[in-house]
Amino acid sequence: MSLATFLQHCLTGISLGGAYALIAIGYTMVYGILRLINFAHGDLFMIAGYLMIFTLADFPWYIAIPIVLIGTVVIGIVIERLAYKPLRSAPRMSIMISAIGVSLLLQNLATYLFTALPRGYPEIPYLKRIYQFGPLSASFVTFLTPILTMALVFLMVMMINKTKIGMAMRAVSKDYETAEIMGIKINSVVSFTFAIGSLLAGIGSILYFTDRMSVNPFSGSLPGLKCFVAAVLGGIGSIPGAMIGGFILGIGETFLVALGFSTFSDAFTFILLIVMLLVKPTGLFGEKATEKV
Amino acid sequence: MKKFASLFVLVVVFAAMLTGFAYAADDEITIGVFEPVTGENGGGGFQEVLGVRYANEVYPTVEVGGKTFNIKLFEVDNKSDKTEAVTAAQNLVSQGVKAVVGSYGSGVSIAAGEIFAEAEIPAMGASCTNPQVTLGNDYYFRVAFLDPFQGTVMANYAFQNGAKTAAVITQLGDDYSSGLGSFFVTAFTKLAGEGSVVSQEQFQTNQTDFKAILTNVKAANPDVIFAPSSIATAPLIIKQARELGITAKIMGGDTWENVTIIENAGADAEGIVLSTFFDEADPATDEAKKFVPGFKEYLVKNNQPDVIPAVSALGYDAYLAILTAIKNADSVDSIAIRDALVTTEFNGVTGQISFDENGDAVKQLAVIKTVEDGAFKFLQTVTVTE
Amino acid sequence: MKKSTKTLFNIIAVSIILAMLIFLELNKRKYSYDISIIERSIIYAVAAVAMNLTNGFTGLFSLGQAGFMAIGAYTVAILTIPVEARAGVFYVTGMNEFLSKIELPFIPALLLGGFFAAVLAGLIGIPVLRLKSDYLAIATLGFSEIIRSIIASPQLNMITNGSYGLKKIPRFPSIFVPMILCSLCILIIVMLINSSYGRAFKAIREDETAAEAMGINLFRHKLTSFMISSFFTGIAGGLLASYMGTIDSGTFKITLTYDILLIMVLGGMGSVTGSILGSFLVTAGREWLRFFDQPLTLGSWQVPLFRTGFRMVVFSILLMIVVLFYSKGLMGSKEFSWEGLLGFFKNLFTRKQKLNGGVSNGK
Repeated sequence: MSLATFLQHCLTGISLGGAYALIAIGYTMVYGILRLINFAHGDLFMIAGYLMIFTLADFPWYIAIPIVLIGTVVIGIVIERLAYKPLRSAPRMSIMISAIGVSLLLQNLATYLFTALPRGYPEIPYLKRIYQFGPLSASFVTFLTPILTMALVFLMVMMINKTKIGMAMRAVSKDYETAEIMGIKINSVVSFTFAIGSLLAGIGSILYFTDRMSVNPFSGSLPGLKCFVAAVLGGIGSIPGAMIGGFILGIGETFLVALGFSTFSDAFTFILLIVMLLVKPTGLFGEKATEKV
Repeated sequence: MKKFASLFVLVVVFAAMLTGFAYAADDEITIGVFEPVTGENGGGGFQEVLGVRYANEVYPTVEVGGKTFNIKLFEVDNKSDKTEAVTAAQNLVSQGVKAVVGSYGSGVSIAAGEIFAEAEIPAMGASCTNPQVTLGNDYYFRVAFLDPFQGTVMANYAFQNGAKTAAVITQLGDDYSSGLGSFFVTAFTKLAGEGSVVSQEQFQTNQTDFKAILTNVKAANPDVIFAPSSIATAPLIIKQARELGITAKIMGGDTWENVTIIENAGADAEGIVLSTFFDEADPATDEAKKFVPGFKEYLVKNNQPDVIPAVSALGYDAYLAILTAIKNADSVDSIAIRDALVTTEFNGVTGQISFDENGDAVKQLAVIKTVEDGAFKFLQTVTVTE
Repeated sequence: MKKSTKTLFNIIAVSIILAMLIFLELNKRKYSYDISIIERSIIYAVAAVAMNLTNGFTGLFSLGQAGFMAIGAYTVAILTIPVEARAGVFYVTGMNEFLSKIELPFIPALLLGGFFAAVLAGLIGIPVLRLKSDYLAIATLGFSEIIRSIIASPQLNMITNGSYGLKKIPRFPSIFVPMILCSLCILIIVMLINSSYGRAFKAIREDETAAEAMGINLFRHKLTSFMISSFFTGIAGGLLASYMGTIDSGTFKITLTYDILLIMVLGGMGSVTGSILGSFLVTAGREWLRFFDQPLTLGSWQVPLFRTGFRMVVFSILLMIVVLFYSKGLMGSKEFSWEGLLGFFKNLFTRKQKLNGGVSNGK
C-alpha cells in the first residue's frame, strides 16, 4: 500500500468515525439515563436525511439546516413521549421491544411514503467542494466531520459538567428515584436528553449523507447498531468514550475493507464488541457499575 | 386511546374478512404476475409489472378452440425476499393460474422455480438473468439474455475500446452481481490475458460507503471498472469514484438502465456504459414500433417518466410469449402451454424470440448504451456468437 | 370443568385438526397456498416458542434468532442436497471434496443443525451471560450479523456457496412432516418448562437475587436455557430450509429475528400457546392484509391510503398498539385452557351488553 493510498484510507476512516461518533453520543446519553437501547435512534437519523431532501428542495441551505435540526429534535421528543414514557415503569424488556417497534414503524413508514428506491441527497453548497492535495482527493465535508465532532463533544462535556441541566442529567443517571425525590423533574430531563441526542443525530445525518449522497428507508439501521457498539466500546454513559469508540470503528472498518476483507467489515464491529465484553465489560471509559439490588 | 386502539384492530380484522375470494368465470383464464413491488428491487419490479399490465391492456383476450377467453392478471408481491417468494408462488398455484410471468431479480425466481415445476405451471422470466433460473427446470423460460452472455458482451466491449486492465466490484450475498462479475472476469481474462483484472473488490448489501474499496481500485489504476449492482448502489459507486478522482470508464449491467441512476448520480453519471435489452430509439420489430408510442402514453398516464425502461419491454415480451404459446397450443391447459413454449417463436419488442433447450431466449444481440447530457444514449449493438 | 370433559374436548380438537390436515393433503394443489401458510406458521411457532423459553420464561433478552436459524438451515441444506445435484448448485467454485460426498437423511441433518446452533450458543453464552442482560441482546444481535457475513463470504464458497445461495434442498413430501416435527419440538419445550428446570427459569425471571438465594445456580441455568432455546431455533431454521427449498444469507437478516419477536410479543411473553397462536396470526395476517397494498376503490371513491407498503405500516402500528396498550399480548403468561375459552366467550357477551368494552385480552 503506497503512502498516498494509506493517507486516503485514513481520511475516509476518520470522517466515517466522526459521523459514527455523533450518533453514538445519542445512544450513550439515552442509555445512561433510561438504561434503554434506543433501537430507533438509527432510524431517526434516516428520517433526518429524508427531511433534508424535502426542505432543501424549497429553501436555501441556511434555512433548511435549522428546519431539519428542529424537525429531528421534535420527532425525537415525540417518540420518547409516545413510545417510551408510558412504559417507564414496565419491565425493561418491554421498553426495548417498544424501541424495536418504533424502529420498524419508521422504516416501514419511510418505505410507504418515499418508496424503497433510494433518493439522492441534495448537495449543500460548500460542503461538497472537492479539494486536492497531491494524490489525495476529498470533499470539504470529509475534513469538516472530525473537526465538528470534536468541537461538539467538547461542548457536550462542558454542558454536562458545568450547567445545571447537566448536573440534573448526571443525577438522574446515577440514581433515578433519588433524583426524583430531590425535586428533579425527570420528564424534562429525559426530554432534554432525547432532544440533544436527536440534535446530534440530525447533524450527523447531514455530514454522513452529504458524504454518501443517497438515503433509503434502511440506511439508518446498520449504522444505528454499529454506533451502539461504539457507545459500548467507549463505555456506555461516557461522551468522550462514545467519540473514541466511533473513531475506532470508523477507522477499523475502513482498513478492513481496504485490505480486502469487505465480508467482515460488519462482523468486525460485533467481534470487537464481544471481545470488549470479555475483556472489559464496562468499556474503555466506563465507570464500574454496581448492580443495584 | 385504548378504545381507539381496539377499534383499529377490529376494523383491520373486519376489512380482512371483507376481501373474499374472486372465482374465475369459465371464459376467463388467469396469468400470474410474480414480481417484487416492495423491498430492495421494488422499483425495478414495478416497472416490469407496468409492462405486463400494458401488454394485458393491448391483448386482453385470446382465442382458443373458437372460444374467446378474457385474460386476467393476478399480481402477487414477492417483496424481493425468498421466504415471501415461496408463499407468493404458492398463492399463484392455488389461484389456479395457467402460466406465470416474472420475476425481476434472479434469487426469487430460483426460489419459486421448484414450486412452479412441482405444480406443472410454466413460468416466463422477464429480466432474471442468472443461468440457475432455467437450468434443470423444465417449466422456467425467459425472454432475457443470460449473465454469461452479458458478462462476455461487456468484456468484449471494454477490450475492443482499448481497455487493457479492468477492476471488478461486486455485491456480497447477491447472486446477480457476483455471478455477472465472475463471468466478466472469465471473459476479460481470456481476451486480455492473465492478470488483466487488476482488482476485485466486494461490498456488503446496504453498504453506502465505497471509498475504501475505490481507493484500492484507484491504486490499481485500471482502464475500466465493471460494477454490476442494484439501482440503489450504482449512483453511490459512480459518485464516490469521481470524488476520489478516478477517471476510468465505469460500466454496469442491465439493472443500470434506470432513470433513477441519472437522477441520483447527476453529472457524474455522464459517460457510464451499460448493456441492456432494448432501445426505444431503434425499434427492432413492428411490435416495437407499435409499443414505443403506446407505452409512453401509458407511462405518462401512470405518473411515470416517459422513458421506457428495458424491463418494461421485457415484461411486455414475457406476456406476449405466454399469449403466443396459448394460441399455438390451442389449449388453456398449463402443461400444453409449456409444451407449446418449447417451439414458440414470435416477434417481440426486444427482437425475435425463440427458446433453446434450457428454456432461455436465443439472443445474440445486446444493446450498449451510455449516458450523455443526462439521458441514456444508444452506443452500439454487440453480437457474440459462441 | 371435569377432567373427562376436558379429555373429550382435547380429542375432538385434535381430530378436527387431523381431519383438516388430511383434507388439505388430499387437495394439495388447490390449497397449496393455505398449506404453505400453515407450514410457515408452524415453523415460526417453534422458533417463537424457543425464543419464549429464554425471553419469556428465563427473562434473558436474546436477539440472535436469525443467526441460529441460519446455522440450522445451512447445516440441513449442505447435508441433504442430493449428491448428484451438487455440481449444479455449486456452479461457480464447486463443492469441497470432503463435504460433497456426505449426504444425510433429513432428521439426522436437522438434529445436527440444532446441535451446532446449541454449541455456538454456548460459546457466546459463557462470556456474555455473566453480564447484565442488555449486553446479551446486543451481543446476540451482533452474533447473528457475524454468522450472516461469514456465510456470504467468498472464502467459504466451497462450503456455503457464498453469495450464490443453496438450492435443490429436498422439500417436505407432505404437510404431516413439518406438523409432526414441530409438534414434537414444542412438546419437548413444554415438558422442560413444567420440569424443575422450568420452575428455576421462572424464578430467575422474577427475581435473580432471590433465585440465587434459594440455591439456584444463576449462570448455569441461564446457559442451559439459552442453549436449549438455540437448539430448537436451529431446528426451526433447518425446517425453514426444507420449506423454502432455496436459501441464501439474505434470508437470515435481522428482520427475521424481529418477525419472531413480534410473534412472541403478540402471543404473550411466557405463554407457549400464545406463541403458537401469534405465529398463525402474524403469518396468515401478513397474507390477508395483502389487499392493503393494492389500490382500493369503493364505488367511485379511491381510498387514498391504500398503496404499496401500507400493509407493513399497519403491521408496525399493530405491534406498537400491543406493546403500549396490551403489554401482556393475547395470552399474557397464561396457557390455553377450555375454561379460559369459555370464560372468554362469557366475558364477550356480558361486555356486549355494556357496549364498547373493547377487545378482551383473551384471558
